Formats: sequence, structure tokens, C-alpha cells
Amino acid sequence: MSGYLTGVLALLAINVIFAYGIFITAAAGQLNLGGAGFQAIGAYGCALLGLEAGLPPGPAIALAALLGGAVGFLISFPVLRTRGVYMVLATFAFAEVVAGVILNSERLGGSMGLILQDYVDIGIILPVAGGVVLFAFYLMSTRVGLAMRAIHDDEAVAELMGVHTRAVQVGCFALGGALAALSGALYALYYGFVEAQVFGPLLSIFVLLYVLIGGTQTAWGPLVGAAFFTLLPEGLRSLAAALGVEPELGRAIEESRFLIFGVIIVAMMILRPQGIVTRDLLERMLPRRRRGAGHG
Amino acid sequence: MLLEVEALDLRYGATHAVRGVSLSVAEGEIVAVLGANGAGKSSLMRAIAGAAAASGRIRLAGSDISRMPAARRVRAGLVLVPEGRQIFVSMTVEENLLVGAHTRRDRAVARDLAAVLERFPNLAARRGQPAAVLSGGEQQMLAIGRALMARPRLMMLDEPSLGLSPILVAQLFDLIAALNRQGIAILLVEQNTQMALETAARGYVMELGRIRTSGSAAELARDPALADAYLGAAAP
Repeated sequence: MSGYLTGVLALLAINVIFAYGIFITAAAGQLNLGGAGFQAIGAYGCALLGLEAGLPPGPAIALAALLGGAVGFLISFPVLRTRGVYMVLATFAFAEVVAGVILNSERLGGSMGLILQDYVDIGIILPVAGGVVLFAFYLMSTRVGLAMRAIHDDEAVAELMGVHTRAVQVGCFALGGALAALSGALYALYYGFVEAQVFGPLLSIFVLLYVLIGGTQTAWGPLVGAAFFTLLPEGLRSLAAALGVEPELGRAIEESRFLIFGVIIVAMMILRPQGIVTRDLLERMLPRRRRGAGHG
Repeated sequence: MLLEVEALDLRYGATHAVRGVSLSVAEGEIVAVLGANGAGKSSLMRAIAGAAAASGRIRLAGSDISRMPAARRVRAGLVLVPEGRQIFVSMTVEENLLVGAHTRRDRAVARDLAAVLERFPNLAARRGQPAAVLSGGEQQMLAIGRALMARPRLMMLDEPSLGLSPILVAQLFDLIAALNRQGIAILLVEQNTQMALETAARGYVMELGRIRTSGSAAELARDPALADAYLGAAAP
């Protein structure tokens, strides 16, 4: 496998895990625009556990994910007191606080970042991403997944039907935080370097877009959304190269790929506001299993 | 008594929606709560279900549930079919029904699902479709079916006939009577007083957050206070 392809695959796998971290809360109706904060906690947590505690990658990754889960659990209580756009702002502010703390901490390398001693390759990252995807599909098929979707549709009625809405929402924030931190830990170990600027507001916006463009109705959404967002810019870049155009024109296409990308995002929002993958789409694509069976 | 409510009081900010209401429902009984719009009937239902924080005492089958969150009241056997159907629109008919069984851990959920689908053939025909495509009457059936999945001892229905055609209203009251014959006690809030009093054994008339009068269905049907309550006569 070429180095370029390996690099794209690793980034895709990390983004997929990250996207599921945001999807878990979105599927239960909460928008988390603080993704970068959770990913930073995982990346820096993993870096420090390796550099200062001398932990090997496996335990460091696990502990970093747990740390993200604990932070997600703790911030869910103030965040869940807010609604709608205020929740989006609260989670966004959380990510800014995390970035601020990192930038002002010498121990965390400030704006210089940290260089890690350990490394994980795609042989670890891909199976972990696969495991996360399978887990998300499993979760959405359980009664907890059903309760999450009920809360997404109507929180008050879900409560009337016996769903402990608060417990489910807190659990989603904790689990989502853990997954986002997991993706951060893998990011740190794959690139061998962490710096606060990477985990900026744009990253939070992008990962939420992965999820919203992919669709929050089914567990396919984040997979498709992350793939779309990771592969499309690379595809546009390759397209410019493959056309064999003049170097200057090629550079112009490469530079304008974000413009093209932006236009595509806007078009998607207009044409498919529910996201690329909806339940309706799956219904039409998949064989009609269970329809009409099992009763009567 | 299955349900005993004592001196229930509920305020939303400056609005005193329910004022010291006491009522009871016996095992296997149908009880109607009547009154004009804004009399506090829906607020009373929400308070009993635990969806609104109220003071006073609520006992279900002898145990105090006043401090229980809504979800635990469902497990205790008390379920509210809220006003305006309120189904989960992005979920399929079957998924809506399964959410109704959320509090249950027993193995009989699949059997109950089959029983509900048998009772409502329209829902069975559309079990895999999004609930958003159902007609108003079907949505009301789905809301009731979903509540049945919780295996309630007491089902509270808030304005179930609202917006339904006369034929559907008649079917709805037949259904309520049938559920009651199965042993489910019913607490029914209705604007359709005639149908409600034909179905219920007893009733309460609410006015401005208070119980104005109560009695057997036959007594209430003759009671001028009932007409007064709807015509908005001043509180005593």
C-alpha cells in the first residue's frame, strides 16, 4: 500500500471514530460543537501518559479514552441545562476552554505542542475504527438506542413512556466524549505530534458537519459523512493531478478545492437536510426484511 | 383504591393551574375528568404522570409515588397518553410501540407487540413505515397501542377524541371500554362530555383548577353545574 493511501486511510479511520463520538449525542438529540475539545483531551492525555508516566500505547489509549468519558460525564450536567442553540454554544465554549488551557500550560507544551515517543500504525487504527463502527450499530439496535431516538424525536414524551431521559443523555455525553478522546489518542500516536492549533473551532465544526451531512437517523450517517468529508478533498486534489493540467492551473484547482467543497456542503444542506443516509433511503435500498412477518 | 390523589397543587410561574385537587380511581374503573378549556385538566394529568412538579400526595395501589420521576411511575403501572397524540415521527410504527415497552425486561414483549398489532390491523399493515405517514386516527391508535405496551394498571387519556371524525370517536370509546373490560382502569380527560359520561362510571368536573363537583356519570349528566362549567360561570 502506498504511503499516501495509508495516510488517507488512517485519517479516515480517525475521523470515523471522531464522528461516532459526536453522533452518539446527536442521535439522542443533543448537538455537541465541542468535538475538538474532547479530541484534544484524548490526544494530550495520551501524550502525557506516554511521556510522563511511561505507559505503553495500549493502556495510554484506553486511559485517554476514559479521561474523555469522565470529562464528557462531568460537563453533561451543566450542558444539559441548556437547550438548542445555547447547548451548541455551551459545548463550543467548552472546546475553547480546553484549547485555552493547553495554550497556556507549559507542561502541555503551550503553542509549541508535544512530540510523542511512541507510535501506532494503521494495523491498530483500522481495527479500532472497525470495532467502534460495529459497536455503534449494535448500540443503535438495542433498547437504549431506541430510547435515544425517542428522545431525539420528543424528549417529553420519551420520559412519559418510561425512558430515563436524563440518564440516557448523560450516558451519551460520556460515551461520545470517550470516543472523541479515543480518536484524539490515535491521532497523537499516529502523527507523533500534538499541538493546540489542530484542535481549533474549525475541527469542531467539521466533525459536527460529518455527522449532520451523513445523517443522524441511522448509524450509517457518521461513516458516510466522515468518508465524504475525508475523501472528497483528497479526491479533488487527485483529480487536479490526474488531469495533468499545467502546474499553475493544477495548483489553482487544488487551492479552490475547499471552495468547491463548500459549495457541495451548501447544496447538500438544501437538497438533503436530513443527511445523506436517512431511514427512508435504507428502506428503499435494502431488501424488505421483516415487513409484514411475525404477526397475524 | 388504585389511584388516590390528595390536595394536588400545581403552579406554572404565576399561573395556579391545579388547586388542591383530590380524586380517586378504583381498580378496573373508568373515571372521567370534565371541564372547559383551561380548567386545568391536562395539567392535572401531567402532574399525576410526573411530567410536571406538583405538591400534594399521589398513591398508586397504596404506595406513595408523589416523589417518583415519570419513568418510574410508568414502571409502577401508570401511563399517560398525552394530548395531541405525540408519536415519535421519525420512528416506524413498530419502533414506536417498542418504546412503549421500554420499562419492561420480561420476555413477553414480543407477544404483547403481536397482540397490539392484532388489535389494530391498520398499524399492523404499516408496522415498518415511519409513523409520520399515519392518519390522525391511526396516530391516536398508535399512541394508545404504545401505552398498552407498558402493561399499565391505570391508563390516563388526555383528550383522545380531539380532531377525530364522529365514526372514529365512536370506535375510540368502544376501544376504551374494551381495554377496561381487560382490567385496565381508565382516567379520561374529555371535551366530548356526552361520550365520556356514557363510557365512564364516575366523573369529576373541573373549573379554574378546582374540582367543582363530582359524582356518578348519571348524576353528572343531569347536574346543571356541568353545563355551568362549560359556559364559564364564575367559581363559587
